[in-house]
Parts: sequence; C-alpha cells; structure tokens
Amino acid sequence: MTPSVHEFLSLDLPPMLAGTLAALCCGLLGNFLVLRRLSLMGDAVAHSVLPGIVVAFLVAGTRASLPMFIGAAASGLVAAALIEVVRRYGRVETGAAMGVVFTVLFALGVLLIERAAARHVDLDADCVLHGQLETLFWFPPEGSTEFWRLSTLAALPRQVWALVLATCVTIVFVAAFFKELRLAAFDPALASSLGVGAGLMHYALMAMVAAAAVASFEAVGSILVIAMFVCPAATARLLTDRLLPQIIVSAVAAVLSGVGGYVLASFGPEWIGMSNAVNAAGMMTVVSGLLLVAAALFGPRHGLLARWRRQARLARSIAHEDMLGLLYRAEELRGPGTAVAPADIRRAIDAGGATRRALRAARRAGEIVHAPEGVRLADAGRTRARSLVRSHRLWETYLVNVMGLRPDHVHATAMDLEHMTDAAMATRLAERSGEGHDPHDRPIPPV
Amino acid sequence: MSVAPSTVEGWPMQGVTFDELWRTLTLQAGHNAAIVVLGATLLGVAGGVVGSFIVLRKRALLGDALSHAALPGIAGAFIAATLLGVQGRSLGVLLPGAAVGCVAGVLAVQAIVRWTRLRDDAAIAAVLSVFFGAGVVLLSVIQSMPTGDQGGLASFIYGQTAAMNARDAMLIGVAALGSIAAAALLFKEFRLACFDREFAAVQGWPVGAIDLAMTALLVVVTVIGLQAVGLLLIVALLIVPAAAARFWTERLRVMVPLSGALGGLSAYAGSCISALLTNAPAGAIIVLTAGAIFAAGMLFAPSRGVVAAVLRLASLRVRIAVDHALRAAHERAEGTGTPPPGRGIALALRVGGLARIADDRVELTPRGEERARRVVRAHRLWEQYLIEYADAAPSHVDVSADEVEHALPPALIAELEDALRRRWLRVTKGAPASPHTLGGEHQGGAT
Repeated sequence: MTPSVHEFLSLDLPPMLAGTLAALCCGLLGNFLVLRRLSLMGDAVAHSVLPGIVVAFLVAGTRASLPMFIGAAASGLVAAALIEVVRRYGRVETGAAMGVVFTVLFALGVLLIERAAARHVDLDADCVLHGQLETLFWFPPEGSTEFWRLSTLAALPRQVWALVLATCVTIVFVAAFFKELRLAAFDPALASSLGVGAGLMHYALMAMVAAAAVASFEAVGSILVIAMFVCPAATARLLTDRLLPQIIVSAVAAVLSGVGGYVLASFGPEWIGMSNAVNAAGMMTVVSGLLLVAAALFGPRHGLLARWRRQARLARSIAHEDMLGLLYRAEELRGPGTAVAPADIRRAIDAGGATRRALRAARRAGEIVHAPEGVRLADAGRTRARSLVRSHRLWETYLVNVMGLRPDHVHATAMDLEHMTDAAMATRLAERSGEGHDPHDRPIPPV
Repeated sequence: MSVAPSTVEGWPMQGVTFDELWRTLTLQAGHNAAIVVLGATLLGVAGGVVGSFIVLRKRALLGDALSHAALPGIAGAFIAATLLGVQGRSLGVLLPGAAVGCVAGVLAVQAIVRWTRLRDDAAIAAVLSVFFGAGVVLLSVIQSMPTGDQGGLASFIYGQTAAMNARDAMLIGVAALGSIAAAALLFKEFRLACFDREFAAVQGWPVGAIDLAMTALLVVVTVIGLQAVGLLLIVALLIVPAAAARFWTERLRVMVPLSGALGGLSAYAGSCISALLTNAPAGAIIVLTAGAIFAAGMLFAPSRGVVAAVLRLASLRVRIAVDHALRAAHERAEGTGTPPPGRGIALALRVGGLARIADDRVELTPRGEERARRVVRAHRLWEQYLIEYADAAPSHVDVSADEVEHALPPALIAELEDALRRRWLRVTKGAPASPHTLGGEHQGGAT
C-alpha cells in the first residue's frame, strides 16, 4: 500500500463514505416523501431533532450514539405529533403548522445549545448545521494482509457504522414494503380499502425518516439531510416515470452527490489554485442541486430542452402542413401548377423560423418543386395537401352541422384539429356530417 | 448606606438585577440599547403584518426557502467586497447581497414549479437546502481567505441583537416602517389576492403584480430581519404571529394589526432578554416568545381555541343527553318507558329546572314538559320525513333521528311540516305518533 493510498484511506475515505451513505439512506426514503408531497416533512424533522439531541447530550453527558439517537428520535416524533395537533385542533394550514412547530423547536434547540456551550465546549450549533465530516478519521494498518480483518473495519468511526446500519435498514424497509409504500404513495384510498393501512404506512415512513435523519445528522449536518431527502428523488422523478427505476436513479444520484461532492470539496480548490478544502457537506448539497438542475434541463422526456425540441418539431410539422394547404388552396383559385413566392408563404403562415425549415423539409421530401416565380406542389405534395384540406373542411362542416357553431367561428378550430386527424377520423367525420361542400361553399376534396 | 442590588434568582436570569431588567424594558439602558430594542420591535411588527398576508396566501414556507437563500448572497457579497478591498462586514454590503440571494431563491422556486413536473413542496425544500449548502461552502472559503474573518457573519445565521449598532438598528427600523406602510396602502389588493384570486383577476386587478409586491415585502422583511433574528428563524417571525392572530379573529382588518402587535411584542421581549443575557441568541428567544403566544392563542382563544372547543363539545354532549332523558320521560308518560337517567344527567335536569327526581321517578316540570314535547316532535317529524321522502324502513329511522333531533331549528321544523302536509299527512300540534315500537328491546308496547 503506497503512502498516498493510505492517506486516502485514513483521511478521505471515512468522510466520503459517511456522506455517501447518508445521501443514500435519506435519498431512498425521499422518493416517497416527494411523491406524497411531503418533502418539507424532511425539512421539519431535520430541524426539530435539534432540541432532542441537545437534551440527550446534557442528560447523558457524552456524544455517544445511543442517547443521541433516542433523544433525536423522541423529538422527531414529538414534532410530527405536534404538527398534527396544530393542524387538526388549531385548524392551521399544513405549511404554516409545520413552520410554527419546527421553528419553535429549532429555536429551543439553538437556545439550549448556546446555554450549554458555555459549559461544554464540544457542542456547538454550527456542527449540527454543517456536520463534521472533516473530523472523521480512520487509521487502517499499512499492510494489505491485515486490512480486511474485522478489527480493522471495526475501527472505522462509529458515525460510519451508524450510517451503514441505517442504510441497510432503509433498504430492507423499502424492499419489504415496496408494494405497500407504492400504494400509499399513489392511491391512499385504494391502499386503505385493500387493508394496507395508509395511516400506518405514513407513520412507519415518518419513523424511518426520523431515524435516517438522526443517523445522518451527526456526521453530515442537517442541511445535507434536508437536501438528500428531496434532491436525488426529485432528480429521478424528472428522469423516469416508474417507481422502481425512479428509486434506482435516485440511489445513483445520491451516490454521485456524495462522492462527487467530496471530491470537489477536498480536491477541487487545488485545481483552481486555492490552498484549503471547502466544506464537504455543503459541496455535496451543491452537487445534488446541480444534478437536479441538469435533470430539469436535459432529461430525455420531461427535460426543458427535450420539451422545447418537441415543441419546435411540432411547430415545424404544423408549418409544413399549413404550407401544403396554402399551395393547394392557391391551385384551387388559380388553377393547377400555381406557384407562390416563399416570402408570401412566410408572411401567410407566420411561424418564424419554422416556416423556413418546413420549406426545406418539403423540398427534400419531393412534395414541392421550385418554379421561376416561387414554389409549387409536386404530385406527392398535392396528395397530402388534399387530405389535409379535406380534414379541414370536414371539421368545419362537422362543427357547423353537428355542433351547431356559426360558420364564421369554425375556421380557427379546424386549423388546430386538421393536424391531428388521421384517415379513420376523417372517414368518421364524413359519415357524421356528409361530403360535398363545407359551410363556406368550398368543395370538400374526395379521398 | 448602599443597598446591594437584588438579583433575580434562578438559572436563566442569574446575575441580572431588577434594575437592569427594568431599565432595558423601559428603554433607559443607554441610547444604543434603546435604539436596538426599538428597531427589533418595529421589525417584529413588520414581520407580523407582512406575515399575515403570506400565511393567508398559503406561502408560509416560501419564506423559509427565501431566507435560507440569503446565506450564499451574504457570503458572496462579503467575498466580493473583500476582493475589491472594501470592508465586507457592513450592512451596506451584506444586505444587498442577501436581497440578491433571496430573489434568486424565489425565482428558482418559481422556475421549478413552472417548468418541471415537481410540486412546490419539493421545489421549496430543494432550493432551501441547496442554496444554504452553497452558502456553507462559501463560508468555508471565507474562513480560508487570508483576510478571512467570518466571525461576524455567524450573527446572520442565528441572529444577535448585540451585534447591532444604532445605525444598523435605525436602518432596520426605517425599512420596517416602510414595509408596514406599504402593506397598509396595499391592504385591499393583498386581501383580494389572499382570499379570491380568480375574482380579482376577473375584476381586472393585476394579480401577478400584487403577488410580486407581496413577495417584495417578504424579501424586505427577511433581509432586515437577518441580523436580529437570523436566517434560520426569521421565517418564524412571519408565520407564528400571523397564525397566532388567526385564532382570535375572523376579520382581516383585526388580524393584521393584531399579528403585528404580537410580532412586535415577541421581538421586544426577545431583544430585551437577549441584551441582558450572554449566550441567549435573540432569534431563538424571539421565536420562543412568539411560540408561547401561539400556544396561548391555540388553547384559550374564545371561538377557535382548543379549550373553547372542548367546552362546546362537552356542553353539546350534556344537552343531547338531557334531550334524550326528557324524551325518555315523555315517552314513558305515553305508556312506554326507558330506564331512568344516570346521576350526572339527573343533576343537569334538576339544575336546569326541567324535572324533579324522586325515588328513581322523573317528574317533568312544565318547562321540562314543554322542551320534551319539542324534542319528541322533532324526532318523530324527522322519522316521518325519512320514511316518506328517503324511503327508509320504519325500523331504521330511529338512530338517524336521534342525531338530528337536537340540530333542527324551528324554521326547518316548519319546512318539515310543510313537506309532510304536501304528502297529505296529518300534522298535529303535538308530537305525531311514533312510526315504530318504542323502548327498544327492553320494553315493547305499541303507541
């Protein structure tokens, strides 16, 4: 084992591991919070466990895991119960109820910490917020043979072991109750009627959230906990539509945030010429936020760019069809082979750049040909244009004859509908409202 | 002879003399302290006033996202100022930075809600944690800067009135007065936006601009509250007084000033106590005071309070039990009967002057007789109605009538009579005959 590897194992691995495990265990549970619109519950619980931790510390006098865990879990449950009490008996809206309860509990925690900090130096509010990833060390032996011994692994910081335990319990919980959690997330009423007990699942989920928050709290701080409850799950929600892939993607996003955030925090500053590492928990949060932004922008189906591209493509295909329709109507007025100048087409269709792209696409498809005074329909284009104009006039006829609209009110609606009408639909329209002439006395082209 | 100053005994106030306490409360503890307390109080009033609209608009937790987003703004402004060679630690630099952070946070929340499929809860939680994480990273950068001294910035996280000087306090007070005045001027517009946005939009009010103004006031209060209350808890100054005021009144015209008064009171008490004690962060004390006021309102408010609700429920229960006892006595007089009432109800009957009870025999007074007839009449009219109009079986109507008989106002009874007359039923002055056998399983007997 080279010295640099050893340094990595002793200085970098424990915090990286702790951050990643915390991200993973909170991120998995976050899926159900985000789906049930309870994202802020993670926020509320993470803030509210502070007084419990401080009281546990003051009573037990140590920072051992067990008293802290009990204290935090107790105050997490008190917070969940108080929110419910304020909401139900005080008839306060949910958001405000959460706001009242968690700020008051957090204020209590801050006050207790400040009072206690005068006497106990090793407890301060900052480490609760930012965590203390940087204080986690491990001293594995230099030789690689003893490396995998149990005693070596046992020397990992206890925060890491607590997180390993919490992550395992979370994975088992999600796997064992996958069906129930899914039902409760998407259809609580159905879940109740099937005997799953949506209420019970809610409290089980809240208990797991509190436990995950507590286990992560000491190592990574409350801000990372809140971020991990929402960001990986939200990222996955933007990338997938099914629950199981969503859970897997959220786990990947959580691990990426943990590892990537740590690498950026401890090695990133050197790359840009700064000497000191920056706060790792904060950086993991930032990375999870960046992943969310990336998913929002570049997601294949729900991403902004994909949506814009779909819209642009739709606009082009509509401009394309409108242009063919325009040429067809020009032939009706002035006889076959009538050409229209591209500038006139652009002015008539008024779809910006979409028209130019549509002209190019139609030329490439052989639907229009260039003539000296502009473009005119080729045979392929005329066939397609005829069926479009047919759809348009069938719709106008239908809207007037069957729906009873006034003839001067139907053109715009027919313009929209003609692009979404296939042959079967056109046949049914013709059956309902008849062939012949449209309400403006123009002939409906035959098939 | 000089008298040693008497000290307040007990943990929190140890070492504070009554004299000091009195002088601080009456703003006589020096020019600087007085101005700081005044500024904080005005801030509390502004928080309460603006918060009422925010809570009613159901945007309570948007304030939380916004205040957390101030941290990267503050830290970024500090770094920029230091790099430019300006003294970073002054409100003139930090508050604009905070405002930029807040606005960026609001925009991020709105962008996520508008352009992705995520809901507002996930957007708020994500923005809150990611922005705060970025702020934590920037703070650690400041710490490692050669001129770095982030000591002063911590007061923006937890709030510290002691760190304020008279000029800061004046600035805060003036801005608070300005936002109170703006809220007063825009009262009508805000009311519309809170209660009936659609109506306001239809009436031609610029709903978007009104929301923008409300958010702008939210940003102002958050930014000026950072130093006194801290960015973790400033949201409490917006939510808690407003939610507390809501318990006492149904009218916005009362709620807004009341909320302002409660906010001012909390801030006044909190900043006085914090000025007297070391290790007592003002933000925490202000929020705990507001929390106590909230709890008092939730318990003891006359119409929406929990105690009042419990009393109302109890008195309703007694009234229903008395009604049932009276009906039982009346029916026994008709020849059927039920067992005599329990001791508590017997007492209620006697105290109400409705019956005399001797040897387990209930003897109705004229007043009791009158009320018993009314109850029996309502009961049987309802039974008739259910049988005639709802096609209920005669054996099924007793239970429903048991519940409804207490809640039938005279107007509804008149309507029932009319409805039954239309069905050609004879409606007598007294109670109609019961459509089923009386006395349940205990005693048979037709009427």
